[in-house]
Amino acid sequence: MEQVPLTHVLILSSTLFFLGIYGFFSRRNLITMLMSIELILNSININFVAFNKYLYPHQLEGVFFTLFIITVAAAEVSLSIAIIINLFRRFNTIDIEDTNTLKF
Amino acid sequence: MSASTIIFYILAALTLTFGALTVFSRKIFRAAVFLLLSLICIAGIYILMEMDFVAALQIVIYVGGIVVLIIFSIFLTQKAGERLPSRLPKRLLWAILLPVAGLAFSSWVIFNHPFAQTGTAPIEPTVHNIGLQLLNYDQYGYVLPFEAVSILLLASLVGSIIIAMKKKQQ
Amino acid sequence: MSSYDLSSILIVLLPIVSFVTLSVFGKRIKPSISGVLGTMSLAITLVLALYVAYGYFFDFGMQAGAHVKHIALQFQWLKFNENLSIDLGIVLDPISVMMLVVITAVSTMVHLYSINYMHGEERFTMYYAYLSLFTFSMLGLVVAVNIFQMYIFWELVGVSSFLLIGYYYTKPSAIAAAKKAFIVTRFADLGFLIGILMLSYGAKTLDFFTLIERLTQPNSVYLASFAGSSFLGLSALSWALLLVFTGGAGKSAMFPLHIWLPDAMEGPTPVSALIHAATMVVAGVFLVGRLFPIFAISAPDALHIVGYIGGFTALFAAIIACTQTDIKRVLAYSTISQIAFMMFALGVSGWGEESEGFTASMFHLFTHAFFKALLFLGAGAVIHAVHSNEMEDMGGLRKALPITHITFLLACLAIAGVPPFAGFFSKEAILSAAFHGNSLIFYVGLFTSCLTAFYMFRLYFRIFWYNPVKEDHHNHEGHTWPMNIALIILAFGAVFAGLIPFGHFVSADGKPIELPFHLTFSIAPVLLGIAGILLAYVMYGEKNEMPDKLTASISGLYRAAYRKFYIDEVYLFVTKKVLFNLVGRPAAWFDRNVVDGMINGYASITTMSSESIKPMQSGRLQSYTMFFLGGVLLVAALLVIKFM
Repeated sequence: MEQVPLTHVLILSSTLFFLGIYGFFSRRNLITMLMSIELILNSININFVAFNKYLYPHQLEGVFFTLFIITVAAAEVSLSIAIIINLFRRFNTIDIEDTNTLKF
Repeated sequence: MSASTIIFYILAALTLTFGALTVFSRKIFRAAVFLLLSLICIAGIYILMEMDFVAALQIVIYVGGIVVLIIFSIFLTQKAGERLPSRLPKRLLWAILLPVAGLAFSSWVIFNHPFAQTGTAPIEPTVHNIGLQLLNYDQYGYVLPFEAVSILLLASLVGSIIIAMKKKQQ
Repeated sequence: MSSYDLSSILIVLLPIVSFVTLSVFGKRIKPSISGVLGTMSLAITLVLALYVAYGYFFDFGMQAGAHVKHIALQFQWLKFNENLSIDLGIVLDPISVMMLVVITAVSTMVHLYSINYMHGEERFTMYYAYLSLFTFSMLGLVVAVNIFQMYIFWELVGVSSFLLIGYYYTKPSAIAAAKKAFIVTRFADLGFLIGILMLSYGAKTLDFFTLIERLTQPNSVYLASFAGSSFLGLSALSWALLLVFTGGAGKSAMFPLHIWLPDAMEGPTPVSALIHAATMVVAGVFLVGRLFPIFAISAPDALHIVGYIGGFTALFAAIIACTQTDIKRVLAYSTISQIAFMMFALGVSGWGEESEGFTASMFHLFTHAFFKALLFLGAGAVIHAVHSNEMEDMGGLRKALPITHITFLLACLAIAGVPPFAGFFSKEAILSAAFHGNSLIFYVGLFTSCLTAFYMFRLYFRIFWYNPVKEDHHNHEGHTWPMNIALIILAFGAVFAGLIPFGHFVSADGKPIELPFHLTFSIAPVLLGIAGILLAYVMYGEKNEMPDKLTASISGLYRAAYRKFYIDEVYLFVTKKVLFNLVGRPAAWFDRNVVDGMINGYASITTMSSESIKPMQSGRLQSYTMFFLGGVLLVAALLVIKFM
């Protein structure tokens, strides 16, 4: 089977990564920022899987890392949403511009 | 050009499109749905790379768990159909500039780095193999991280319940 | 260690034990008990001092026909190098033993007297604690083996004096007086300290007796190099001794550092009796007496200066004393004048055969302590009865205060030099020494002793006669027996202290000398004294016009003397106008603008820079991550450029 070159996969993942970064920077809603983070994590997962597939086919480390990242992402999302709900209860908004009291 | 290659490019294009729509959409519910689609496309890419187990996890956890959770939280905190507030133009400059620079930089690295394949005898990434190595406590076994991650999950479970719990009125 | 040594250690330790006890447990001890406690400990000290004095003069002190020093205790406290160390210890020699007796005797009487006098005061216990502290410091001062030990106790004496003058600390004048006393004496002590440093530099020791030995032996290398270098016509040794004398002059209120003593009368009267009449103010005389061999043998020019300053101060203070109307101030100026007598007696004295001035000075110190303490305590009794310091409010008190009246009269006779009271003998000795030493000082002393008789009897007549006796004046003395006992005991001292053959005990080189006593020589001073008394009687025996007429005829001089010759004003002018404007203000300007400006500059630079970087901590998550990403990209770029 003719394979897609590795560089193309990597370009895909890094484009997705920087799309996520852009979303993280430009969004003002906390939930949308959380979605951007999910994109970023996924792009990294693609990377791990691709490296495992293309460069180290005799090992399974890439798979494991993907697995753990997915697990950690699940934990992270559940915690973040708990925080967001708490914030919403207290400030009645989840706009990042209004929740900047932790400063000088 | 084989069929799988074509399918890869189609999936990659869809992934990027849905990802971009997730980021650019001004309606939050739509953004969530685009995220869901993008994640499904990534699962397709995993299948193309013959990582069936990872693809299954991707569908089960991301699509079935995380995105659903996000949608729930949208329902809890947002009025449906409302447009998100516009971006701050001052921040927008850097928000565009930095990712573009980063993308340029990493592309340059990717194209200039000679990726060399190592190893000769490939292992089939089947559930059988993955499970054996994951729960192995010999060398290269992953049982310790596995346990650590399960504790992490428990902790985050308890933690998010406590954080989101309604405080008693004082 | 003999029982005498042990006693001498106890003499010094008992007052400090009493001080610590009273000040630590002051709140829990009843005032009446604390007074008795303080008095008892001092009484024990007095008995021990008498025992030590007996032992020293009649038992172990005399060796080979001379009184020699006896070190009862000495230990090294602070060592600088092989030769130079600060020792603490107790030395017994004629003058220190004599001072031990004087201090403990007067202090005991004052303690006893204060039980009544200070009765009902708010900080009664603290008063006794301060008195004990003072007594301890003074005893430590006189038994010092080391010039630095003396300096330490010297300052302690200053501190306790400060505390006691400012005892009525709610009274602004008392606070001002305490500050004035402290600052003036402290200023003088600066001279003392420099003098100590010069002496120790020259003689390479701080020990009194090594110092004296090294600076008096004719072939000593220390003396040769020290006396060899000179400045402004005086040798370095003379300068060092004069600086030491400056400290003594500050404590002993010699002109022009006398200004604090009259103001110090703001303290309670018993304190004035103890500190500002009998003990602390003679510390300067004692200091000169302690270093007398160096003065007399190696630096007679310094000693002459001491003599002239003493002579001038005696006359100066006596003139002022004639015009004051506050009875305690009269006594204060009288004290200055009498101490100046002691000072010029030292000044006119020589060494060896001609050292009768030294003995006379110490003799006068001894007798003066008794009669001046008596005068102050008597004045205290008067003030206690009429609640005023002013002569205007007194007069005709002889029936109301009979015991005070008699004892006060005895003390006045003693200070006026009427035979056979104590002051007569010591003053005759001083005048005789002056007659042989320096005729100018002799005539000044003669005139001053006449003035002394006049102003003391002016005081006496104004208090007890002058106005007719008031019929309704009841006897004030019935219920004040501790006061009366103290007065009577001191009166015994004032009458009989002069009969002691003092020259047998105290002399400059330890060998007993016979104080000269010529009947013919005594005639002139005694007659002058009696003339002074008669003049006082004529002017103040009964109320008449004469004093007013006299003051009117010499109004300029009178006013000048009444205003203490404007010395205070001169000081104020020098300090306020000259020092403040020429030194203080520029220094303050420099401090405020340059020194503070630098500090404030640093502070404002810090503030400005922090203000400019503060927005980084905006609390905006996205800014933080932008910085983070930028940093990561930068580092990654650097690494890639470096290693690819």
